[in-house]
Amino acid sequence: MTPLIKFIDFNFSYLDSPTPILKNINLEIKEGEFVLLVGPSGCGKSTLLRCINGLIPHLYSGVYKGKVIVDGEQVSEKNISTLATKVGFVFQNPENQIFMFTVEKDIVFGLENIGVDKEEIGRRLEWALKILNIEHLRYRAPYELSDGQKQRVAIAGTLVMHPKILILDEPTSLLDPKTAYEFISTLKELNRSIGITIIVVEHRIDLLPKVADRMIVMDGGQIVFDGPFKDIIKEKNLHLYGVTVPPIISLQNTLSESGVNLPGYSLDVRSFSEMIKKEVFRND
Amino acid sequence: MIEVKQLYFKYPTMKDYVLKNINIKIELGQIVAIMGSNGSGKTTLIKHFNGLLKPNEGYVKVFGKDTQDESVAALSRKVGLVFQNPDHQIFSDTVWNEVTFALKNFGFEEEVIKKRVKWALEFFNLIQYKDTSPLLLSGGEKKRLCLASILAWDPDYIVLDEPTVGQDFLQKEKLREVIKMLITRNKTVIIVSHDIEFIWLLQPRIILLSNGEVVKDDVCANVFKDDASIDKCGVIKPQFVELFDHLAPLLPHPPLDVLEARSTFLKLMKKGG
Ligand SMILES: Nc1ncnc2c1ncn2[C@@H]1O[C@H](COP(=O)(O)OP(=O)(O)OP(=O)(O)O)[C@@H](O)[C@H]1O
Ligand SMILES: Nc1ncnc2c1ncn2[C@@H]1O[C@H](COP(=O)(O)OP(=O)(O)OP(=O)(O)O)[C@@H](O)[C@H]1O
Ligand SMILES: [Mg+2]
Ligand SMILES: [Mg+2]
Repeated sequence: MTPLIKFIDFNFSYLDSPTPILKNINLEIKEGEFVLLVGPSGCGKSTLLRCINGLIPHLYSGVYKGKVIVDGEQVSEKNISTLATKVGFVFQNPENQIFMFTVEKDIVFGLENIGVDKEEIGRRLEWALKILNIEHLRYRAPYELSDGQKQRVAIAGTLVMHPKILILDEPTSLLDPKTAYEFISTLKELNRSIGITIIVVEHRIDLLPKVADRMIVMDGGQIVFDGPFKDIIKEKNLHLYGVTVPPIISLQNTLSESGVNLPGYSLDVRSFSEMIKKEVFRND
Repeated sequence: MIEVKQLYFKYPTMKDYVLKNINIKIELGQIVAIMGSNGSGKTTLIKHFNGLLKPNEGYVKVFGKDTQDESVAALSRKVGLVFQNPDHQIFSDTVWNEVTFALKNFGFEEEVIKKRVKWALEFFNLIQYKDTSPLLLSGGEKKRLCLASILAWDPDYIVLDEPTVGQDFLQKEKLREVIKMLITRNKTVIIVSHDIEFIWLLQPRIILLSNGEVVKDDVCANVFKDDASIDKCGVIKPQFVELFDHLAPLLPHPPLDVLEARSTFLKLMKKGG
């Protein structure tokens, strides 16, 4: 299968950046993958994402070498609005994408723009309001909402577009823990049921163990690890690459470094506890 | 001390109160976390601490002075507030000037300013950007710049709204380090955060808000034992608390960090075989 997203010998630096920001990126992402992208602050994660939705090179200029191909076409040769129908983007800062006078209008803005019919708009709106639990905010002014409420609105506006590719730059950073968990499960559900391809940058990866298939670690503008989540998360010294390893995984890593042979490797607390009870103490 | 008494607040455009009968006292030398669901009133509450918002009823006193009678500038010298969204705070043309600005306003001497600004930028890994426009920084870098600006003028209360957003592991470690250092100097750090694992490592006093009301105000360990309250406030348990719940008789208490958890399990395994 041809990859949905492809970077070929790609390099980029912003006009004002003294050093290259992305260096020699070669990357393929297939349709239906759920990818977690991590790395230290300033390593180039948001920059990489901007190359997929076309903000780079169309809005941010700089030195652009190599190719980025999305759904068979070169990003540099497509205009942003065409790309936007394929690539949904949730920004790091929700205020960058909220601009209408009511939450409802804000969410349907993109749909109206591409001429989706009224009934369908209504259906998708209800669906998104429900999923993000913001029905009660429907007629509120977005700029008067709390930060997490704004983030939910921004996410809803992207989800209703039913993009083929969904890119989220720290989407849960402002959500309360319960909502964050629910939202990540919703993402997984979308990924499973309609095969939407998802790339998410997230520092709170305690939320993701059960959902991401693949984990890419960047550092200094380069990709340093790339593989199945369950393998990469075991890498030693991930913290040096800015990754906050969830405590339960970190515990297993350090136990195995201390010579303990655990019978398995658990990504969440429940299964770790079961394992400890069953295998190690043989009592449950 | 910050003292909040029978505080009620509503935004002028809305009919409902978003803060209802809040009563809290925050002394010097503490770490206090404020947690709760989106829209529960956390940001609204902390904006009362430096007078950005004033109560409709009740009062907020900072070192004995009612915030109704003080200017935001005067209060800010004592209570430094770092917003969640750095774009609301940043307005200078260079990173260096951003940090310098408030210090000049507060009338610090030139030499002191230089030293402090340099310290703050170095501490937060921003010194290489000193002549750069803050607008060109990454999300996490902007956030650190706001922190640096406030720490540079050394207020007694440092109030941080979602300080770990956009911060990687190393930056979070540094932030914890700086918070602990501040406490040893008898400062108080008030943190609004959804980042449970970060909060757990700090073991602060936690104030849980739900729908504009204080649901719980207690030490960290107790708060996470109160399933009903944390559930009501959209909070979930730190992984080591959950672990303790599953393995309760085997563990003495929820481990505070990975090192402690490791030594507990190593001991247990020797016994268990
Ligand atoms: N518009 C811009 N012009 C010039 N330099 C920029 C611009 N945007 C970002 N940079 C620089 O490029 C580098 C990578 O930034 P980027 O935003 O991609 O990082 P990031 O990995 O997303 O970081 P964070 O986790 O903090 O959001 C940083 O050093 C940043 O200062
Ligand atoms: N400027 C405003 N005008 C009107 N209502 C507002 C304004 N700012 C916030 N609100 C409302 O006040 C309530 C409390 O908001 P606040 O920002 O204090 O919540 P929060 O606990 O900080 O939430 P979050 O975790 O999402 O940041 C919310 O219902 C919000 O919609
Ligand atoms: Mg970023
Ligand atoms: Mg808030």
